[in-house]
Amino acid sequence: MRARRGLSHTHVGSLHAPDAELALRNARDLYTRRQEGVSIWVVPAGAITASSPDEKDAFFDPAADKVYRHPTFYEVPDGVAHL
Amino acid sequence: MGWLTCERANQSAQQRGDGVNGPFDFTLALADDALIAAQRLAEWTTRAPEMEEDIALANIALDQLGAARLLLSYAGELEGAGRDEDALAYLRDDRQFRNVLLVELPNGDFAVTMAKLFFLAAYQLPLYTALAGCADERLAAIGGKARKESAYHLDHGALWVKRLGDGTEESHRRMQAAVDHVWPYTHELFAADPAAPVDPATLRPAFDEVVGPVLAEATLTRPGSAWAPAGGRAGVHSEHLAYLLAEMQVLHRAHPGAKW
Repeated sequence: MRARRGLSHTHVGSLHAPDAELALRNARDLYTRRQEGVSIWVVPAGAITASSPDEKDAFFDPAADKVYRHPTFYEVPDGVAHL
Repeated sequence: MGWLTCERANQSAQQRGDGVNGPFDFTLALADDALIAAQRLAEWTTRAPEMEEDIALANIALDQLGAARLLLSYAGELEGAGRDEDALAYLRDDRQFRNVLLVELPNGDFAVTMAKLFFLAAYQLPLYTALAGCADERLAAIGGKARKESAYHLDHGALWVKRLGDGTEESHRRMQAAVDHVWPYTHELFAADPAAPVDPATLRPAFDEVVGPVLAEATLTRPGSAWAPAGGRAGVHSEHLAYLLAEMQVLHRAHPGAKW
C-alpha cells in the first residue's frame, strides 16, 4: 500500500483470493476503507522468499560492531550549507 | 453517455400535477431501489463465502444505503409534507414502496446475488451518470457521488459473473441458472417514462453494451424469455418485500426515533 504519492509501498496485511485480480479488489475492500492508500500492490505469499528467524544472528548481528559503515567520520567544513 | 439528458429535473413538486413520474416519485423510486438493495446485501454479513467477500458486500451495501439516505432526504424535501428519510424508510408499507422487483428478490445462492448485483449496477451506473448531468443540483450531486460507487459495484459483480460462469461445471450451472432466474426482472428497470428527469428507457443501450460482453466472456447464454414481471414502480410487489420491510422496520416502529 502506498499512503500517498511520493511515499514507498509498505506492507499492510494479508488476505485470501483465488487470483491476483480479486486479490487487488479484496485488498481495496479490506485495507482502503478509511482512505489509507492511493496505490496497491498484491504479491502471492508463495512468491515471497523470507529470511528465517533462525538465521537472525548470522544475518544481522555482524553489522552491529561495524560503525565505520555509517558516514559519521567526516569533518564537515565550515560554510558548506547543504552537505 | 452523451445521449442521456435530464431535462425535466427542475420541475417542482407543484408542477408535477397528478403526482405520477414527477421528481418526487422519480427520486423516491431510486431511493427505494438503493434502500432495498442495501438491506438485501446486508443479509450476507457474516454469511458470505469468505471473509474478504463479506467485507466487500457490506461495503457495497453501505454504498447503497448512503445513496438511499441522500435520495430519501431529497424526496422528503420535494414532497414538502414533513417526512424525513426515517419517516420514508421506516413508516411506509410495501404498497408505498416504489423499488423494482429485482432488488427485493431473495438473495438465493451466491450466484443469484451476483447476478442481481451485476444487473443492478449495470443499470445504476448509466442512471447516476445521467443524473450527474442534471440541471437539478441535488440530483446531480447525488449522481456524481454514486456513479463512482456503482462503477465499483459493476466491476465486482462482473468479476464474479465471469469467474463463476467460466469456472467449474457446477459454478457454470449455478451462474447460468441465476442469470436465467434474474434476467426477466431486468426489463422493469427500463420501463419507458418520458416525463421522468431521466427516462429509464434511454439507459437500455448502455446496459446492453456492458452486460453482453461480460455474459459472453463468462460463457453464459443471455435468456430469450419474453416474460417481464413488473409492478414495483406502482407499489405492486412480490410477497418477499413485506418480510424484508418487517425486519428492517421493526425496531423503528417499536421504538419511534430510536438512535444509537
